[in-house]
Amino acid sequence: MGEVTTAVLGNEHGFATTRFDALLGWARKYSLFQYPFVTACCAMEHMATAGARYDIERFGAGAPRFSPRQSDLLWVVGTIVQKQAPVLRRIYEQMTEPKYVIAFGTCASCGGFYDNYATLPGIDKVVPVDVFIPGCPPRPEAVLDGLMLLMEKVQNGNREPAVLPPPQQLPPLVQLRDKRTA
Amino acid sequence: MEPIYEHEEETALELPSEPMRLNMGPSHPAMHGTIKMQLELDGEVIRNIDIVPGYLHRGFEKSCERGTWTQCFPYVDRLNYVSPMLNNVGFALAVEKLIGIEVPERCKIYRVILGELARISDHLTCNAAGCMELGAFTPFLWFVKVRDWIYDILEQETGARITHSFGRIGGMAKPPTDKLKQAVRDIIPQVDKVLAEVSATLVRNRIFMDRCQGVGTLSQERALSLGVTGPMLRATGVDYDVRKAYPYSGYETYDFEIPIGHDGDTYDRFMVRMEEVRQSCRILEQAIERLPDEGPINVDDPRIILPEKDEVYTTIEATIAHFKIVMEGVKPPKGTVYSYTEGGNGELGFFIVSDGSGTPYRVRCRPPCFLNLKAAEDMIRGNMIADVVPIFGSVNMIGGECDR
Amino acid sequence: MSKQVLSLLQERFGAKILAVDSFRGDDEAHVAPEAWHEVALFLRDDPACAMDHFIDLTAVDYPEREPEQPRFDVLVFLRSLRKKHRIRLKTRVRDGQQLDSLTSVWAGANWTEREAFDLFGVRFKSHPDLRRILMYDEFVGHPLRKDYPIQKTQPLVAYREVGATKLPPFGADEGTPFARIDWLARMQGRNQQVSPAIAVQQGQQPALSIRREDTGPDAPLGQPVRPDQPGQPDQLGSKA
Repeated sequence: MGEVTTAVLGNEHGFATTRFDALLGWARKYSLFQYPFVTACCAMEHMATAGARYDIERFGAGAPRFSPRQSDLLWVVGTIVQKQAPVLRRIYEQMTEPKYVIAFGTCASCGGFYDNYATLPGIDKVVPVDVFIPGCPPRPEAVLDGLMLLMEKVQNGNREPAVLPPPQQLPPLVQLRDKRTA
Repeated sequence: MEPIYEHEEETALELPSEPMRLNMGPSHPAMHGTIKMQLELDGEVIRNIDIVPGYLHRGFEKSCERGTWTQCFPYVDRLNYVSPMLNNVGFALAVEKLIGIEVPERCKIYRVILGELARISDHLTCNAAGCMELGAFTPFLWFVKVRDWIYDILEQETGARITHSFGRIGGMAKPPTDKLKQAVRDIIPQVDKVLAEVSATLVRNRIFMDRCQGVGTLSQERALSLGVTGPMLRATGVDYDVRKAYPYSGYETYDFEIPIGHDGDTYDRFMVRMEEVRQSCRILEQAIERLPDEGPINVDDPRIILPEKDEVYTTIEATIAHFKIVMEGVKPPKGTVYSYTEGGNGELGFFIVSDGSGTPYRVRCRPPCFLNLKAAEDMIRGNMIADVVPIFGSVNMIGGECDR
Repeated sequence: MSKQVLSLLQERFGAKILAVDSFRGDDEAHVAPEAWHEVALFLRDDPACAMDHFIDLTAVDYPEREPEQPRFDVLVFLRSLRKKHRIRLKTRVRDGQQLDSLTSVWAGANWTEREAFDLFGVRFKSHPDLRRILMYDEFVGHPLRKDYPIQKTQPLVAYREVGATKLPPFGADEGTPFARIDWLARMQGRNQQVSPAIAVQQGQQPALSIRREDTGPDAPLGQPVRPDQPGQPDQLGSKA
């Protein structure tokens, strides 16, 4: 068994080498406390993901902590404008290690189609990002896919930024059912 | 042993104190939008407040000056992003007013249907977030469940759950699907059911009433002077709804009422929105009966509407028309026009200036919640910190519309 | 309906109402800037007009009108609750000229005038609190003016180094260049064609006045963007 590592961001190899690391990763990935830094339209899909149909709580990532000191996953949901960038940077700095960042939506990933004077072209200009979820806004299925990708990375201790790949097959259009449970 | 302060006047214990400045936002739990409120506190009571918007200013008006008129639709969608179809319809109506055309009857009914679905989802979202912030999490889940079903219908029609970009100048992007009627007929009883459930649990709840009644009152004169419109104005007792006062898109032919409140407080705003959802369901029932199964959905003008794709590939006239509309844009005549519709928050106006070319010269969105938000300053002053949450929730400030 | 209001205005103010217009059902009165506050008070207080519902206040920039005509159009949209008529008032101001504030007439003018100041640089006399509202205080310039380049960012936080895997955002000559008008170039009298491919084909000079390396995150911070031509007036900051 390898030595217990004290580097909480994963060790210098960038992946978990010890069983203890793997255990820590497993514990962390199922108990991500989110800080929803919510600004724009992606908030609607964030709400839908938290709702009963898409249910982010079953991944353990549903509990929002509105204080950066108590959360470890920063969801940057929506466009970040230049006026907001120092605020985002400060919230990120206030979070305690280990911390992860998800860029939810195209505006957070790269500025979206607002390539103008007002918008920050991607939050990775001010904070390091772990997972980019593209979409304008991304479907809740894509959000959950991105969350699962992050959970894999948390498990492995991999800090390399990753972009959510497009799905192998599109999710089926949800038809309205005749019989609905309340 | 009696308390020693019992006989003392409270003022005899005056300690020197100064008001404390506290920032609420721009990232704060009231999930309505990103806004900074600078409070000056005297204990828990707010002596003064300064609201600082602009944390979602994305340069909508400048971006619209960079493309064609049709390229404004995605930007316009993201203004009031909880009811994007209403913004689409509003902007399309503005450009159509400038050009001087009217869409066919089938398109008007279709716009009304999609618009009212968007309005229902707007009010459900506002009320859902409002009660979640007060601690009632279950109604939020119920409302979001119904809202997901509405998004399913919109996805079936337009292809996207939220930011559809479905409106076009002179019509809509695609005609209604044949599943629309049954889908809307199925959703109306579900909306009624969820409203009944929330009415049974929340609306006469002692805690909810204590936190909302009498909190954040706004007088009629102040509201009119501030430029407040929408459910916030109707809660103060003014019956102004653009759909009734200046009907557009066939609204004069539908039978519906405008709910108004009498105190102008948070409770009234919540109830006005609930009742407006019911009225929107009534409009939907009527519209769905009237929607013709066939007929043109777009105006018949090749300078405005893209021709059918098979014609574009086979005839030269259609190719040229397609080229001109896409490359140069629809060309409204030179002039300025202000067109207004009832958005989710109030009078959503578009003031557009055209210089005769396919690129807009100026597109100004008259943002209902920007003016409503100034009213929030008046409503919050004098109340306590805990009252900020229901007041701000009932203003329904949507950042995309407020800051554009 | 509002024709009555327009004729009342013309009767009462005579020469100070420079023009009236009614295009597509919108009634508009062009008011001289000196009479701006007076006309507003009259519209609110006169019982036949009773414009008690404030709708909007905004500005439009026509830089090509200078120096013959003032550059900014300031517009106020009003409505009467009881009579249901609407009107639009327009006035023209130059860059640096101050206009009376309507905050004492309608409270809604407060924030909308702040926005007009923030985005256009129009100053309002006796406004209780004229400061930026949508942009941040450190921002230099007024973004909605036609001569403010749209892609010029003024970041507050220094950008991090991001990995090479991310593609840079579109430059001004990429993406969908059709129907785009480069206002800076047009104001400098150059042709309007933005797309270099079409410009070269037609034997024109591409009208890009902004070099790609000068915009956005690649620009070194603290160095303002200058157009290519030397001797250009500094378009950053208002003249007031």
